[in-house]
Amino acid sequence: MKWDWDVARDFLPQLGHGLLITLEATALGSILAFALGLVWAMAFRSPSRFVKWPVAAVTEFIRNTPLLVQLFFFFYVLPTWDIKFSALTTGVIALGLHYSTYTAEVYRAGIDGVPVGQWEAATALSLSRGRTWQAVILPQAIRRVVPALGNYVIAMLKDSPMLALIGVVDMLQKARGEASSSFHYIEPFTMVGIAFILIAYPASLLMRALERRLGH
Amino acid sequence: MATETDHTNPAVDGSELIRFDKVTKRFGSNIVLDDLDFSVSSGKHVTLIGPSGSGKTTILRLLMTLLKPDEGTIKVDGDYLTHEDKGGKLVPAGEKHTREVRKKIGMVFQQFNLFPNMRVLRNITEAPVHVLGLGKDEAEERARELLDLVGLGDKCDMYPTQLSGGQQQRVAIARALAMRPQVMLLDEVTSALDPELVAGVLDVLRDIAHTTDITMLCVTHEMNFARDISDDVLMFDAGRVIESGPPEKIFSEPEHERTREFLSAVL
Repeated sequence: MKWDWDVARDFLPQLGHGLLITLEATALGSILAFALGLVWAMAFRSPSRFVKWPVAAVTEFIRNTPLLVQLFFFFYVLPTWDIKFSALTTGVIALGLHYSTYTAEVYRAGIDGVPVGQWEAATALSLSRGRTWQAVILPQAIRRVVPALGNYVIAMLKDSPMLALIGVVDMLQKARGEASSSFHYIEPFTMVGIAFILIAYPASLLMRALERRLGH
Repeated sequence: MATETDHTNPAVDGSELIRFDKVTKRFGSNIVLDDLDFSVSSGKHVTLIGPSGSGKTTILRLLMTLLKPDEGTIKVDGDYLTHEDKGGKLVPAGEKHTREVRKKIGMVFQQFNLFPNMRVLRNITEAPVHVLGLGKDEAEERARELLDLVGLGDKCDMYPTQLSGGQQQRVAIARALAMRPQVMLLDEVTSALDPELVAGVLDVLRDIAHTTDITMLCVTHEMNFARDISDDVLMFDAGRVIESGPPEKIFSEPEHERTREFLSAVL
């Protein structure tokens, strides 16, 4: 088998197209995972067990079942309840929800790392619970966990090809299409691999730099 | 066993501001406060002394609602702190009621507990703006005055970690004062400081004690400071007040054997 530059050149626009979908799924999935994870983490700290326990049960359940199962569940089961989204939206929801159970643990570690004296000072100043979270606890907790959150963005990037299984045409899916129509395999798949590493490696370098800057 | 403890006399100066009524606090099987009665009158400076583990800090933490009493009631300025009077029946207080009563109390901690993510000025204005509803400008103006009072007028824009321990503690004092509390709780405020920084903090507190009418409840191992600012000293042992009185009396002619032992160990 020989590398054919013409095939590679022809595939490039398609790769770009697929790359945008991959980045879109990763970015939107990340935003969802960051936001939901924060909600879970704050719920873990709720004084009410009626909040704490259900959230703990649901997040454990999601974390301990495969992303692929969740993906199929959302894609095939939700429409039977008349909840219909595009494949990409479904994929983003599944990806974001799945990873929110991991980011929740990251946030939790960050929140637990804020000294108890900070809560006590907030109480002594009569700050409301909401204000304590917003002004005192979260700014300190999130600062600590930015690098760890970043690592999950990279993990989501690498899991995004799974979305192809519900029909999202990402980079990998483009490569499969190219391969099956042109019978050239080595070029498209190699290029997809390179595209992933070109995003993921600088991203992980960035995370490491962040980690150093935030002093851990 | 459950004999009356020596009370500070509530009638001498102003009204009764704080009252503990048969308060018991346990940690597991360890009884930290044992059926404790005591009261503090408005404007008084009261120092709690005693061996560690005798329940002094627990009193401050109960007042600040960082802990809940297992039994008994606490009143602040006539209102129950941890209970509410609902149709003549005492029920555990809701969050809102507790917060209202708690606003009358300020606390300075051993470890300062400044908010490291905020500059000095915002550490002081945060609660006045968001709890008392002061305008930002007014809150900042008052914060600057308070910083001048504690000798740190030039540190507004620093972050707490850029300050020495003694400076941080003075900011913490300003932060507590900014809420205009009727009572200040001082929990071993110099214990975490390097020896050369202690004097600056104590000077500030002395100043406040002598120039304001804020009631102070103070746990300290600085006996000279206690002697200097206190109207009353309460000697704690095993969760109860075993002796109380003006500092001259407690420090010079203690009646109780345990007080003598304790003082000879720390003085």
